[in-house]
Amino acid sequence: MGGVVSGYTSATDADRRAMLEAIGADSIEALFADIPRALRLGRPLDLPAGATQQEVEAELRALAAANVSTEDELSFLGGGMYDHYVPALIDMLTSRSELLTPYTPYQPEVSQGSLQAMFEYQTAISELTGLPVANASVYDGPSALASAAYLAKLANGRRRLVVSAGVHPHAIETLRAYARGLGSEVVVVPLANGVTDLDAWCAAIDAETSGVVFQSPNFFGAVEDAAALAGASGDAVAIGSYDPIALGIVTPPGECGVDVCVGEGQPLGNRLDFGGPSFGFFAATQEHLRRMPGRIAGETVDVDGKRGFVLTLQTREQHIRREKATSNICTAQALNALAGVVYLSWLGRDGLVELAETLLQRTHYARETLCAIDGVTPLHDAPVVREFAVRLDADVERVVERLARERINPGYRLGRACPEHADGLLVAITEQRSRADVDRLAEALERALASERAGAAPAAAGGTR
Amino acid sequence: MSARDDALTIFERGSAGRRAWVAPPLDVPRVEGLLPAHLRRARPARLPEVSEPELVRHYVRLSKRNFDLDSGFYPLGSCTMKHNPRLHERVAAFAGNARLHPLQEPRRAQGALQLMWKLERALAEISGLPHVSLQPSAGSHGELAGVLLTRAYHEDRGERRTKVLTPDTAHGTNPATVTMAGYEVVKVGTNADGGVDVDDLRAKADEQVACLMLTNPSTLGLFDASIAEIAEIVHGVGATLYYDGANLNAIMGITRPGDMGFDIVHFNLHKSFTQPHGGGGPGAGPIAVSERIEPYLMTPRVVRTADGSFELDEERPKSIGKLRGFQGNYGVFVRSYAYIRSLGAEGLREASEVAVLNANYLLALLKRAGVAEYLPVAYDRVCMHEFVLSGAPMKRELGIRTLDLAKRLLDFGVHPPTVYFPLLVEEALLIEPTETETKETLDRFAEVVAEILREATQDPEIARQAPYSTPVRRLDEARAAKQPVIRQPLDHEDVPA
Repeated sequence: MGGVVSGYTSATDADRRAMLEAIGADSIEALFADIPRALRLGRPLDLPAGATQQEVEAELRALAAANVSTEDELSFLGGGMYDHYVPALIDMLTSRSELLTPYTPYQPEVSQGSLQAMFEYQTAISELTGLPVANASVYDGPSALASAAYLAKLANGRRRLVVSAGVHPHAIETLRAYARGLGSEVVVVPLANGVTDLDAWCAAIDAETSGVVFQSPNFFGAVEDAAALAGASGDAVAIGSYDPIALGIVTPPGECGVDVCVGEGQPLGNRLDFGGPSFGFFAATQEHLRRMPGRIAGETVDVDGKRGFVLTLQTREQHIRREKATSNICTAQALNALAGVVYLSWLGRDGLVELAETLLQRTHYARETLCAIDGVTPLHDAPVVREFAVRLDADVERVVERLARERINPGYRLGRACPEHADGLLVAITEQRSRADVDRLAEALERALASERAGAAPAAAGGTR
Repeated sequence: MSARDDALTIFERGSAGRRAWVAPPLDVPRVEGLLPAHLRRARPARLPEVSEPELVRHYVRLSKRNFDLDSGFYPLGSCTMKHNPRLHERVAAFAGNARLHPLQEPRRAQGALQLMWKLERALAEISGLPHVSLQPSAGSHGELAGVLLTRAYHEDRGERRTKVLTPDTAHGTNPATVTMAGYEVVKVGTNADGGVDVDDLRAKADEQVACLMLTNPSTLGLFDASIAEIAEIVHGVGATLYYDGANLNAIMGITRPGDMGFDIVHFNLHKSFTQPHGGGGPGAGPIAVSERIEPYLMTPRVVRTADGSFELDEERPKSIGKLRGFQGNYGVFVRSYAYIRSLGAEGLREASEVAVLNANYLLALLKRAGVAEYLPVAYDRVCMHEFVLSGAPMKRELGIRTLDLAKRLLDFGVHPPTVYFPLLVEEALLIEPTETETKETLDRFAEVVAEILREATQDPEIARQAPYSTPVRRLDEARAAKQPVIRQPLDHEDVPA
């Protein structure tokens, strides 16, 4: 290789000479004179040599092929992220340079596209949640919940969080980690028949409670009675984490007395991407407007009276308010949120309801079909929309491995996150899983359970295709 | 088409009953009453009702109201707006990545875990710190991780500390993070050379200090040669030294935070490692830490087992837990891994060398007569990958502010630098050209700045009223904040005319 090592760096040898001359330096090395010799690395980084684009593509293709994706198997995995159909127009829009490559819109005159998309996104989230105020996105669902706990502390200064055991385990862990910084205590309230135990919930809430936190549908698929849970919150901040697709048919939190609604935005037109990037949504009552974390786009006019959009209420934010900011968030998930509002517009007013209704009906069918199998019982019989939990009378990991040989992934082994549910399986349905797919799962599961009962050893399932 | 029509929102387009999506036929028996009435939504969310062609046209039109990196120079200081290779978009979109479920059994996600493991190893080598967690989703998220790890480290030793030090040049996320992590912010001053005021640091470093958060090179674009002494002072009181990796693009393969004495580093994969910014994310903010911090790292950790396969380790008793769900922004990891593989050791070093060369060249160009008297460099030293000019003389002599210059740059098809940051410098412009810009682009930028200043000596009103050629002109930000309209009103009579 010559002077230029990578095609992404354009300085030729002639350029370098001319530039150094203009600077008045003898060498590039001389520009680093401020770095004490003792601190210089003095050797090449111990990394593989660079590779051509085609070599890198081949390596990445091989790595990707060592994963089993939802294209490779019939997957019923859910647990917070779902294999919905992502329309091609989202790929097209999010790969446009104009949306993909700008920075956060600090210069609104040349960022009207991103800013207006944020405004539209905020409108969609506000409509979905029934709450008047939404921000332009946070990192993901669990961190959104933790940010809501911070908002509660800013609102009332108290240090006790009452959390339903139906909240996603990752979100509870995230809350606990953030709570260490807030100096807050996290009290977990158990479930009864799949939903938050209302008596225990009421008993746990006291005058020191800053926020109460539930999820609907909860981690085990059950739709919570949000009005009852929020109604018991007293003057603590009622925080609900919601599935955005389920909100097509579930009572919006804004009509249930919920003060802050957050959630994982991935189901809205975002890829699975092994867990990210997606986005977290964050909506609240008017009262909390000036305690919101992150960016908010607002409407205004320019000097000629033309309609335009800007980042607004920035005195909440870290770059203005510094240690008194309502959050430290800077870069969030703007492109993913844009995909979210495009998706919601693509589904449309009636489409979101129809999609959620499709999930409701197919999920019911799947639950009935699986629970009719010998060895499968429901973990709870609370109403579900898109996901349900069952118990198996066999070793769940062995059953999962048996099904993997048939290229079926029956769902999430609850034991991976909840030791008390070692016999549990969480099964998710999307519009991409048909009745025939459910029937295929049921047949395979029935066979696997029978084989387990008969004591046959499963052959190892390969990790590669 | 009217001006108003240009800014119609998607909620103001379409017509009742119009749609883009068609539902799949219901292939199961319909059962009524599955969702009890008291849990069921009474009226649908008022989402747009548009056809697919309408939808596509709306967002393509919106996109054309943006300036973007693929269209022009974007010297936004501290943001490292380097080229975003399109190869990365292709490989991230492979089904084995894009359609890989985060809860897939690790034995069937070996490619992804191997990629994460290799990226962790590469970041460890680049930072000089042995252990990496990819989990945080942005730089500020990495900062929060770092300060919470510091808290866990001290608490594990039975220590309760109350303060975190940040330089007065720090990015705003640093103090905001400190508060979220439950500490009090104590500011450390800057000396005449733009470095940490070591005497001030020594006076403020005591047993109550948990951490010093530092960027080196600093937000002034200067390498602080006192770093070894700073590290000694901080470690001397038992505190940790945190490296804000926003400026890592200056030093890859040249010097390493770990070798400077830092305990914790965050990387902005959306800065030095080419993840496109997306108009405000997604990014990723992995952290690298020293041995003594490792026990507290977030779960899960990617581990390689004896047989060479990869696992997710959740069983870490001293861990601070999780700061988000799943494995982090994996799609970002794919892009950054592809970048590191493309460049290799030599290419990464070259990227930093040329980033510093480009910055010093642009600085030299801007020291010309007709510019330097209005926009002097704030600290006249060799800079690293970025530098700060002060617009104070320009404001005084020509009557135009840094903001005016920034807005006038827009008319020349150039994105302005970061303005009014760092706070320490009056009328600041923070300029970071990055290594991916050509000499010709830098030459033209310097000419444009000179032209705007020349123009202002004739008629400063031109800059004061700029921009002229953009989709909208200067916007009334005060009005937006005083009477916040942050969503589209949907009763049509409420729509402002």
